[in-house]
Amino acid sequence: MTEYHEAAAGTAVSRPPDIKAVPVRHPGRWIAVVVIAVLAAMMVHTLVFSKVQRGNGNESRFGWAVVGDYLFSHQILHGVLVTVELTAIAMAIGIVGGVLLAVMRLSPNPVLSGVSWLYLWFFRGTPLIVQIAFWYVGISFLYPQLSLGIPFGPEFAHYSANDLIVPMVAASIGLGFNEAAYMAEIVRAGILSVDEGQHEAASSLGMTRALLMRRIVLPQAMRVIIPPTGNEVISMLKNTSLVFAAGVVDVYYAQQEISATTYQTEPMLLVACLWYLALTSVLMIGQYYIERHYARGSVRELPPTPLQRFKSLVGRRNVLPPATVDLEAQAVLGGLGRGPGGQHL
Amino acid sequence: MSATTARAPMVLAENVHKSFGAVHILRGIDLQVDAGQVMVLVGPSGSGKTTFLRCINHLEKINSGRLCVDGELVGYRERNGRLHELKDAEVCRKRAEIGMVFQHFNLFPHMTALENVMEAPVRVKKVPKEQAKATAERLLAQVGLADRAGHYPSQLSGGQKQRVAIARALAMEPKLMLFDEPTSALDPELVGEVLDVMKQLAKGGMTMVVVTHEMGFAREVADEVVFMDGGVVVERGKPNDVLVNPQHERTKAFLSKVL
Repeated sequence: MTEYHEAAAGTAVSRPPDIKAVPVRHPGRWIAVVVIAVLAAMMVHTLVFSKVQRGNGNESRFGWAVVGDYLFSHQILHGVLVTVELTAIAMAIGIVGGVLLAVMRLSPNPVLSGVSWLYLWFFRGTPLIVQIAFWYVGISFLYPQLSLGIPFGPEFAHYSANDLIVPMVAASIGLGFNEAAYMAEIVRAGILSVDEGQHEAASSLGMTRALLMRRIVLPQAMRVIIPPTGNEVISMLKNTSLVFAAGVVDVYYAQQEISATTYQTEPMLLVACLWYLALTSVLMIGQYYIERHYARGSVRELPPTPLQRFKSLVGRRNVLPPATVDLEAQAVLGGLGRGPGGQHL
Repeated sequence: MSATTARAPMVLAENVHKSFGAVHILRGIDLQVDAGQVMVLVGPSGSGKTTFLRCINHLEKINSGRLCVDGELVGYRERNGRLHELKDAEVCRKRAEIGMVFQHFNLFPHMTALENVMEAPVRVKKVPKEQAKATAERLLAQVGLADRAGHYPSQLSGGQKQRVAIARALAMEPKLMLFDEPTSALDPELVGEVLDVMKQLAKGGMTMVVVTHEMGFAREVADEVVFMDGGVVVERGKPNDVLVNPQHERTKAFLSKVL
């Protein structure tokens, strides 16, 4: 750090000393810190020390012992797995369907864009829980036999709807088809955000519409598509709790089953919350790195990740391992700015 | 090239009209560009220069008249005296033979300079990657950017971006290059480097149609200068005739402002 200063001072002809001014005081910040600290202390106090008379002794009102007992119980873990599976499958259906619907909606073909519009109208216009219930019970009642064949002609194979539409399938289809409608609008917004000049440049090179969508427009649209999609994944994670309508035992249904027999309602709700929070946190970290990936080309130099920042911070305190040396140098350069002689262009 | 293609002009426009809704932009354009020729279109904004350029590679559809590139109608096929629209795939194939350079570069921002140049040969012409990479590197060197191959467009200056855009168009080995005000979005200092590349192209025998306000370039490089105003060709001829001794009042008035 000091070396850099000296080097810079050495090259400058007559640089005045760095400005050392008295910083502005922020008394408001300190008051806020005190108020928030008191509130936080009260919160922690109730969480940890609040007791309730239960049986022959005092127990934590929040039932942390019960939370601990069930947090990693077999039933709950199985429910967590189902929740993760459903989120992944439904989002996969939702994203693929959404891209398809968005491209259809923007197609010059009026039939395709009309079909896409109708799909959105129906799946956004009816409640998700009704759709899931419908896929589970409605389909097997209305269409007891599903057949593969030529419309109004011979049929090659028959399936009983009851065998095909098991709870997990009904739940995946219900969540996925509904999600596709919302993803379609997100993808469409992303596609529309890409400059018209990109379409023209790609077409002038002889690219077909499909190719220019796949190679030029969608990769750029990703920057706009990903943040709201992260939102969708997180809300999907929680919306999976609606699959009890199809009889699927996810983490929410699992905790309900347990509390129905143990009468420990609040601790079990806490168990579910903790798992949802943990999964959401993982998703948010994933989103950060995906956004970073698609930011390439749009910023001159990517800012360091929190992990890299942490490493360089630790590295500065301890002995520098060789790998973090240039990271450190970068951070210092970045902090001080490149100066007029910088090599940006 | 066979004798037939040598005879057919590269671009032939006969009484071309184009309207956007009620606005009549092109009001009967008659022009001819022979192979190897450089034609420079000049004129005030709104005169239809850019629209005409865009019609040539079918980014815009003309409403009436005939427009041919290399002896073939743009966007249509004539069969038994009737015009049939070309399929999208055919339009794409024809566009691939015409290079276009835009005022705002329109480089693909998520690809490096090298990837920008390689993209169309690999995806459209199905050239093997290694071969496309070698060609792209040669073209980047040709426009003086061999050392910028790995840079993203956001890391390049305007002049460098436009030179990459020219290399990108050349990578498709076009028989015709269209330039739509290629230096209008550049700092004055950077205009020269782009014009130099274009001069070098013209010397190499490339057929070019250039919309520009760079009169010095027009005088030096153009085989023919066309002055357009209000959707018609007002005056055309050798650069020295049109730019130095214009016959029409409108041309004189325009030139007195830009020169």
